[in-house]
Amino acid sequence: MDRYEIRLSGAGGQGAILAGIILADAITKADKFNVAQTQSYGPEARGGASKAEVIVSEKVIAYPKVTKADFLLALTDSALKKYLPDLKKTGSLLIDEEVFIQDKDLLPKEVIKIPIFKIARDQVGKIITANMVALGAMTALFDFIDKGEIEKVIAKRVPTDTVELNLEAFSAGYRFIVE
Amino acid sequence: MKTEKVLLQGNEAVVEGALLAGVRFFAGYPITPSSEIAEGFSRRLPLVGGKFIQMEDELGAMAATIGGSLAGLKSITATSGPGFSLKQENLGFGIMIEAPCVVVNVSRTGPSTGLPTSPSQGDIMQTRWGTHGDHPAVVLAPSTVSNTVDLTIKAFNFSEMLRTPVILMLDEVVGHMRENVLLPAADAIEIIDRKRPDGNKANFKPYEVKGHDHVPPMPDYGQGYHYHTTGLYHDETGFPRGKSEDAEKLMLRLMHKVDYYRDEITLVEKKYLSDAKIAVLAYGSVARSAESAVEMARNNGIKVGFMQIKTVWPFPEKEVAELAQKVDKIIVPELNYGQYVREVTRAAGGMAEVIPLNRFAGQLISPATIKEMIEEED
Repeated sequence: MDRYEIRLSGAGGQGAILAGIILADAITKADKFNVAQTQSYGPEARGGASKAEVIVSEKVIAYPKVTKADFLLALTDSALKKYLPDLKKTGSLLIDEEVFIQDKDLLPKEVIKIPIFKIARDQVGKIITANMVALGAMTALFDFIDKGEIEKVIAKRVPTDTVELNLEAFSAGYRFIVE
Repeated sequence: MKTEKVLLQGNEAVVEGALLAGVRFFAGYPITPSSEIAEGFSRRLPLVGGKFIQMEDELGAMAATIGGSLAGLKSITATSGPGFSLKQENLGFGIMIEAPCVVVNVSRTGPSTGLPTSPSQGDIMQTRWGTHGDHPAVVLAPSTVSNTVDLTIKAFNFSEMLRTPVILMLDEVVGHMRENVLLPAADAIEIIDRKRPDGNKANFKPYEVKGHDHVPPMPDYGQGYHYHTTGLYHDETGFPRGKSEDAEKLMLRLMHKVDYYRDEITLVEKKYLSDAKIAVLAYGSVARSAESAVEMARNNGIKVGFMQIKTVWPFPEKEVAELAQKVDKIIVPELNYGQYVREVTRAAGGMAEVIPLNRFAGQLISPATIKEMIEEED
């Protein structure tokens, strides 16, 4: 894999950055690719726009940020509106089924709509786990990362008393794609 | 020896590099985007018998860092633009009394509180001239996470060797970025410790130079050497006499010690320059955009090369003059309104046309923007 550019976007507090870090850490552990993970967020702890970027490559990664994304996760209407123009037409888009698509012309070849927030709220019981549901779905869609690797990193990176809950959310997202 | 790669943030890399270099004291006041450095030291230093202290503000943090150094410990502080401004007076004190230490500035967009979570290189001249009065400056600017580990170790080595504060200038991109890196093994890195006096305590003069390098040996406070420090110009005894001859002698020595080690501390990377007609010169995170842009342009057949300045101060006069002799044009992309480019223009001395490329609104310059300028100038 030459250079694969992933962008995870949403509102501050939704956990897009944590999901990006977990993905990058699992890729590091698997040790097949180089990885660079960056983020941008506002000074506020909740709300505002927030995004994480993960670049995966067999080669040395010079520019560490997304130029034209291969994969976009958008958790909010405004994140989709902002980042859809920078998604490759040949790329993939993962969105919550309720996210409003304004610019239909810009949609890429592959659009995956899943009830991210509904799964987190109704199935897992905590809407705050939406980022792990999305990460589970992404893991099922990516062929370069193993489910087990991500689970190990989740267990290490989330607060101890929430490991089970996060793993449950991750599995739910994963299963939704696989089944 | 660790052979497993780890996912590390630039700020965490400062902590890892410093620990490998033997740091035992951190004094600071957390500020975005540098806070992970303070966090990291608060967890790690107690485990190796070191001390972490959160001070009341950045002035106190800089003072405490100098105090830690005088007590004999490798000491470090970390901040961002607003805090870096506050550290300037005591930084000058550290230069004057020759206290080796490392000051990290993870720069963000200013002036004032600016854009706290966005990158900038607007502090580049402040790292050179931030404190008042004539003074030498040694400043390193990494561009990758693994580079940050190496340059943090070097920052400590240079500060111990020169007996002067060394500034490590990251920017928000480098500080917050995570990359997979292989940490160097502790036995595979070179560590330099300050020269200490030979034990003759009776006639000890704290600022007496014996070697050729203009650097006086430095005792630790509490070892029994009588030792006075002052921000006033002083003679070899460390006491002020208010005399011009002392001022001249000390200023020359402060400058000459950095000149003496100039070749050793000048770190510059060159790539694709053998056939280049145009060069892109960059430092910090922008060096990564520049390298990508140069590679893209070369793929399109443009003869363009790349120079990354890792030791931004003292300015690499010789290296930039040689570059200017070689190429027709030098493009200098920077995350500011145009600062370092003026030094490049001066050092190029009319031998090459020097072209600025500036972005100052808190976003990293993209490779495409630099490539466009390369194509325009080709």
